[in-house]
Amino acid sequence: MTNHWNDLQYADALMVIGANPAENHPISFRWISKAIEKGGKLISVDPRYTRTSQMANMYAQLRSGTDIAFIGGMINYALENNQYHNEYVANYTNASWIVEDSYSFEDGMFSGYDEKTRTYDKKKWAFKADAEGNTLKDPTLQHPNCVFQLMKKHYSRYDADTVCGVTGTDKKMYIEICKTFGATGQTGKAGTILYAMGGTQHTVGTQNIRAYAILQLILGNIGIAGGGVNALRGESNVQGSTDFGLLYHNVPGYMDVPTTAEGDLTYEGFLTRITPKAGYKINHPKFFTSMLKSFYGDNATKDNEFGYHYMPKIQAGKNYSFMRIFDAMYRKEIEGMILYGSNPVVGGPNSFKEQAAMGNLKWMVAIDLFETETSTFWQREAGADPASIQTEVIFLPACGSFEKEGTVTNSGRWMQYRWQAIKPKGESRADLEITHMLARRLQELYKNESSPAAKQMQALYWNYGEHDHPDIDLVSRDINGYDWKTKKQVKSFGDLKDDGSTTAGCWIYTGFYPENDNLSKRRDNKDTGMSNFLNWSFAWPANRRVLYNRASADLNGKAWSKERVGIEWDGLKGQWVGNDVPDFVKDKGPQDPTFADPFIMQVGGKGYLFSSGLNEGPFPEHYEPYENPMSNSFSSVQFNPAVQFGEKEMNAKGESDKYPIVATTYRLSEHWQSGVMTRNVPWLAELVNNMFIEISEELAKEKGIKEKDKVVVSTARGEIEAYAMITKRFKPYKLKDKTVHHIGMPWHFGYKGIATGATANRLTPHIGDANSTIPEYKAFLCDVRRA
Amino acid sequence: MEMNVTRRQFLKLSGAVAATLAIVELGFDDKSAKAKSGEFKIATLKPTPTICPYCSVGCGILVYANENDVVYTEGDPDHPINEGTLCSKGTTVRQVYTSEKRITKPMYRAPGSSKWEEVDWDFAFEKVVKNIKETRDKSFIHQEGGVTVNRTDAIAYLGGAALDNEECHLNHKLFRAGLGLSYIEHQARI
Repeated sequence: MTNHWNDLQYADALMVIGANPAENHPISFRWISKAIEKGGKLISVDPRYTRTSQMANMYAQLRSGTDIAFIGGMINYALENNQYHNEYVANYTNASWIVEDSYSFEDGMFSGYDEKTRTYDKKKWAFKADAEGNTLKDPTLQHPNCVFQLMKKHYSRYDADTVCGVTGTDKKMYIEICKTFGATGQTGKAGTILYAMGGTQHTVGTQNIRAYAILQLILGNIGIAGGGVNALRGESNVQGSTDFGLLYHNVPGYMDVPTTAEGDLTYEGFLTRITPKAGYKINHPKFFTSMLKSFYGDNATKDNEFGYHYMPKIQAGKNYSFMRIFDAMYRKEIEGMILYGSNPVVGGPNSFKEQAAMGNLKWMVAIDLFETETSTFWQREAGADPASIQTEVIFLPACGSFEKEGTVTNSGRWMQYRWQAIKPKGESRADLEITHMLARRLQELYKNESSPAAKQMQALYWNYGEHDHPDIDLVSRDINGYDWKTKKQVKSFGDLKDDGSTTAGCWIYTGFYPENDNLSKRRDNKDTGMSNFLNWSFAWPANRRVLYNRASADLNGKAWSKERVGIEWDGLKGQWVGNDVPDFVKDKGPQDPTFADPFIMQVGGKGYLFSSGLNEGPFPEHYEPYENPMSNSFSSVQFNPAVQFGEKEMNAKGESDKYPIVATTYRLSEHWQSGVMTRNVPWLAELVNNMFIEISEELAKEKGIKEKDKVVVSTARGEIEAYAMITKRFKPYKLKDKTVHHIGMPWHFGYKGIATGATANRLTPHIGDANSTIPEYKAFLCDVRRA
Repeated sequence: MEMNVTRRQFLKLSGAVAATLAIVELGFDDKSAKAKSGEFKIATLKPTPTICPYCSVGCGILVYANENDVVYTEGDPDHPINEGTLCSKGTTVRQVYTSEKRITKPMYRAPGSSKWEEVDWDFAFEKVVKNIKETRDKSFIHQEGGVTVNRTDAIAYLGGAALDNEECHLNHKLFRAGLGLSYIEHQARI
């Protein structure tokens, strides 16, 4: 989230698209309700009429997979009807920047495409610069090749009739929503966008979110209270686990991993690649070197490039993401798998195939509180023949969240401490302890060896106590970072050095543990202004509660709205003051030429309406999902041209003649993710104890299905059986040239636990987004029949 | 920081005057509660603050536990986000501890076997580190095309979204920086 939960109350309009907070983040709704009480308008955009829709002032039905059409139309409406925030757009975004003539867009394709590799040459989308390298600009926004005009042209094709013919939204309601949300473009108004996996789990998922960001930038909604682009994250610490680099492509603090690319041959070359020429990321060398010092301690010296070569280098250009793991497992390239609280047999796409691939493992280690479908994939219940599966499986019992201590980071980036209430149940142990014990034992095993593999493990600086129970305080200090010589904690990431004299396990968290206080333990719940609660826990970065908050003030540093003061320039004090920690240099005043550059992380300091960062183009463009019921109305390009295909055997595709119904998956209040915890909690298991699908009255009638009938849902991947729930929450979609049915189903079920049921992900396709490779769980084709 | 304190002391320790007031206003004055209700199971127990393990709203929960059992849990009235309220999942968090389905001993499944065997931690750890080392040593790539790469592509790591930050940090450190895994992924990807 750019903002945080309590901040939602300050919105004049809240658009919830691809999320359902009333059911999936129920307590967040307290703050949404508060906004509504104060006159804020709640807009719900969803394929299904959810409980969030029920509470909303406006509801738009949207065929799954058509967000870009929907938002593109809103961008068009705001530009056509002068709803956009002119001063903000002209000064805080890159609207005035001029793009090279090599950029073009025609019939769904941007310039620079290579069909063979399904990639673009992004250099074709560069900005025009003068001889000194300064970007050319037209502050009047009139130049035909300036970002503003290109954006206007691009989205002029997204008229309401075309949009609604694709999304299936009622046109009158659509216009009403465009008007209402677009009204937050007025100075002093605020609109927020809330999204979750309904936005991301598509082959165009990243561009969906970029479309939200563009809309928010043109309405001047970024950086202000009650504004922002807010991801409603699904797990208690998925924010933290991402911050800490548990993904193949980055290390803690969102820096790239080293690769085999030529430039990465030396540490210096690598740093050159990951360090932009301007913006706050010019400090990457300080952050990366401090991280290496945390990893390798005395084994990270100036002479050995701070231990850079101990870090694994992945193959340049190779995708090692979640689905590719199972592709490689299917090809027998992977021998062992270690799972910490993970259950891909229920949670992974095309999960029956992923389960089958596990049979190729030599060994598996599963660390969890309960038996999972994954750790028992070899059992008869799983449909397997145990005798034919040669995988050795070790299950290590982990303890629950309050049987240990540590921190989790919520969606608003608040790092909150959890104290230990009771010792771990039975012989279960904290994951921290399990990892610590593994590390100690592995270091012991490698102690007397001299292979390169041994040297890497020997170089690891593992300083959390000489016992099997790790000292968590030492781990916390390691994350924050300290001066290597004096061992004194570093106060902020601004103090980190690139010469090996400081450490920092995860630089964006540096400052949570200055000197002797772990600030994540703070419990002062006094509202310090605008519900930012600056003395409650710690928010990364630097205890900042609203990101980009420089943009909450105008060009002169005055708040756009007296009711929504983020930070303001105080000329007398010569510094930024207000209700938040400034996302800006504290004493940078009006005399500084970059005083009006609020987006400090970006080269040029502006919000990027046009960006060459993503793989399928500088502007989000609508393409149909992998499996879709209609031809693309916006161009002759049906499918995202930058999506990469994985292992063919894992990825059967269904066509609409055989599978005419659009399907999507979702979550319930009573269950959580793959259900491992909730299906083993008696009360929750009792509340929702069966797998079901929701189908419209019209489809039920067509198929002769009655309420609670057992039905079979089939896709190109497989079939599942579930109970039918006939509902008004789904309605047939009236699209441009046909009517299409849409169904939905929860994905929490499996064969283990107290409540059991068929696994929805046996149906979902094994194909991912062109940037993030997140699977397209949210839009696929199926058929339904009575069992 | 050891939370070995009574509720009253805890509130004092937290230094949160406003928080204390909130408790009193809500009728949670522990002095009178204690006087009135000798039979309350939680009257003599200290509350331990925690954060809900489910979604990312980050609601505060108070856990009342004795040596052997979690007696009661409730929404933390002092928490600025949930202000004492909880949803269906947060409300039933006690049962994550009490559920009879909890696995409390390491288990082992031999190749081709149709059942789990309960084992002790030493046995389990020995198996795990032996497997990791064997596969890693066999598959370890020191150099590739003249470049030092120090990695293995034969072990996959999954997990993290339900772990604490400190655990994520150690896992990243061990599995990437120490063991050289390339396949490190978790729920954020999917």
